[in-house]
Amino acid sequence: MENSGLFSLVPLIVFLPVLGLLTNIIFGQKLNEKAIGIIASTASGLVFVVSLLLGYGLLASGGHEQLVPLADWIQIGNLSIPWQFRVDTLSVTMMLVVSGVGTLIHIYAIGYMHEDVRFKNDTKRYARFFVFMNLFIAMMMILVSGDSYLMLFVGWEGVGLCSFLLIGFWYEMDTLARPSWANSNAAKKAFIANRIGDFGFLLAAFTMFWYFGSLQFGEVFASAEAIAASQPGVIMAITLFMLIGVTGKSAQIPLFVWLPDAMAGPTPVSALIHAATMVTAGVYLVARSWSLFNLVPEAQYIVALVGAFTALFSATIAVGQYDIKKVLAYSTISQLGFMVAAVGMGAYVACMFHLVVHAFFKALLFLSAGSVILGMERGHHHLPHHASGDGHSEEVFDPGDMRNMGGLRKQMPVTFWVYMIGALALAGIFPFAGFWSKDEILLDAARNHTLIYILLALAAFLTAFYMGRQIWMVFFGKARHEAADHAEESPKVITVPLMVLAGLSILGGALNLPYLENLGHWLEHSIEAVVEHGAEIQGYLAISWGGLNPVVALISTLVALVAIFLSWLLYGRRTLAKGEDDPLRKLLGPIYKVFENKYWVDEIYNAVFVNRFVDLAGFLAEKVDWDFWHDWLHDSVIARFFRWFTKFLANPIDLGIIDAISNGLANITQRSSNALRKVQNGFVRSYALSVLMGMVLILGYLLLK
Amino acid sequence: MEGTIPLTYYIIISAILFSMGALGVLIRRNALIIFMSIELMLNGANLAFVAFARNYHVITGQIFVFFVMTVAAAEVAVGLALIVAIFRSKNSIDVDQMSSLKG
Repeated sequence: MENSGLFSLVPLIVFLPVLGLLTNIIFGQKLNEKAIGIIASTASGLVFVVSLLLGYGLLASGGHEQLVPLADWIQIGNLSIPWQFRVDTLSVTMMLVVSGVGTLIHIYAIGYMHEDVRFKNDTKRYARFFVFMNLFIAMMMILVSGDSYLMLFVGWEGVGLCSFLLIGFWYEMDTLARPSWANSNAAKKAFIANRIGDFGFLLAAFTMFWYFGSLQFGEVFASAEAIAASQPGVIMAITLFMLIGVTGKSAQIPLFVWLPDAMAGPTPVSALIHAATMVTAGVYLVARSWSLFNLVPEAQYIVALVGAFTALFSATIAVGQYDIKKVLAYSTISQLGFMVAAVGMGAYVACMFHLVVHAFFKALLFLSAGSVILGMERGHHHLPHHASGDGHSEEVFDPGDMRNMGGLRKQMPVTFWVYMIGALALAGIFPFAGFWSKDEILLDAARNHTLIYILLALAAFLTAFYMGRQIWMVFFGKARHEAADHAEESPKVITVPLMVLAGLSILGGALNLPYLENLGHWLEHSIEAVVEHGAEIQGYLAISWGGLNPVVALISTLVALVAIFLSWLLYGRRTLAKGEDDPLRKLLGPIYKVFENKYWVDEIYNAVFVNRFVDLAGFLAEKVDWDFWHDWLHDSVIARFFRWFTKFLANPIDLGIIDAISNGLANITQRSSNALRKVQNGFVRSYALSVLMGMVLILGYLLLK
Repeated sequence: MEGTIPLTYYIIISAILFSMGALGVLIRRNALIIFMSIELMLNGANLAFVAFARNYHVITGQIFVFFVMTVAAAEVAVGLALIVAIFRSKNSIDVDQMSSLKG
């Protein structure tokens, strides 16, 4: 193994960001913003370099997985879980995406947070942000590089924690548009929804331990087939429990509700954690466990259905949203649905392809949206009433509301163009990256499950539509708010990462072009790409231009173009005027209301689960804790008994026995000394007499005994 | 050993001396007299020692008497010094007046 030296670098991917965050914790308050940002970005960038080296090492050594043990972690009886890194093509792919996109977002955040902390008047928070970001990178690296389900779970929980910390980054910051509790509630919601998913993950891990006696990937996968043969239900249970974890972390039905709220965090957070990397952890989990999922086609089908339904469901919601980031959030859920559907169909390569490409263009879209929001805030800052006097006007201004925007194309040309590229990539227009990856998924769906194909195709249609709607509303037409008129382009530190990501969104398709299938060959070393192509694929579906089916590709392109055309008809031909209602409302009527209100999912969850839980908590607090526990048990029973008992101890026991003994001793001593002091009369002669008497007595005794 | 005085006589004289000394210590108030009475007691005891030693031909008793005399001499030196000190402060050597430590 001539490359073993290279692979021993792998612990650095965890320790470099930890070093970065420690530096910023210790010196953060003394350093200036630029230094803080550079330290954090360098830490992340070095991780990318290490990942590149690992990737090179894998290429050079033929792609075989490498296990790098670092330390013993848990040793109980037969269970042995070391902290061991698994370097294979799958994990290195994830490392590259996380650290690459993560580094760009770190750089972007140097500029974004510089302004954000000033708009919100708290510059001290700057260092904290980068500490959390580096912690996230470290945790994500633990997640993707761990060699056991438990190590994966450590990262899984760690990124959940970072997500919580960063969503609630402005947890006590009241602004006119957003009260502080909305931020902290969003953070709590994300954490709790994820906890429910994590519970599923834990059940899967426990079941696995019970039947396999191990949580190491290698051992579990090796004995999976034998267990599947003897106890067919076990693998089914494990995979379905895992699915619950996936729905939590990757925001699928029914646990997706946290992700739209997670937009409360700063925009780089939305881009890094809630679009590009953390939410793909669930997809990674399924891809990593491919050999388990392949054993139970029923579970695979359920996974695929969940993904496909989520893709369509959240795409419809995205159509009815006005907040620029909310649209992207629902779009993210929808695209994650694509990935989950793909992974459920066994199309692991297509899924990983889409994961990587989606990380590029969704990070791009979020970061551009952040640039738009900053531009709007700058514009709002320049308004005359804002400059003239009493700080904030009485008007509540939401810089993220698309109804306030319009015509930003002229004010923010760079942002416009990169946003356009991201939107086209997301919509799946040839030759942007999204076209290739989405097409692979659609082709697999068309060949295997018609239902899933229809759902995904509809979702793709809506995707193109809502992206078109967003572009027209934000960048075209006339400004619907003075702030949009005064918007300014963002500085270079923000636009340069955007341009890099835009380039990746254009060229990302080259990762897995037809005929070349580079990503496919790369991942083959980790995942045996077994897409069951049915028994017989008839007709046009059998055509394959090196993996690309021209018919399916043409259909999806047409679908996207039609959707964009429709969006132009509605929003582009005549852009919305100030205060005008969404034209879709007239067209769709009550259905639009359903979309706009997100199917009332939050309200239903509140009514069915949250309020019941709050009721239960109220009951527990009022009745059980206060009335029963505090009033009755504490005050009546324990306190009263205690009072009686202390009285009993104080009076009969303490006074009657213990004090009586010491007092009695004192009394006896006093009385006897009173009697005896008369003996000491001070006359020497009487002492002498007593000495004499004593001697006489002793002598008498000795003589007479 | 004829012609010698029997042991009993010595003992009787020794007892008389001792009793006189003890009586003197108990009933006299003058410190000097008390001292002298103590000397009487010591000498009574000495006489008994010497008598027994001679009677039984044991040298130990005789040696012990020398010790007693030495101690008595030392005692007198200390005691007289004490009496002088007391007299200086109280202008009296009446032992009954030295009762400030009574209970």
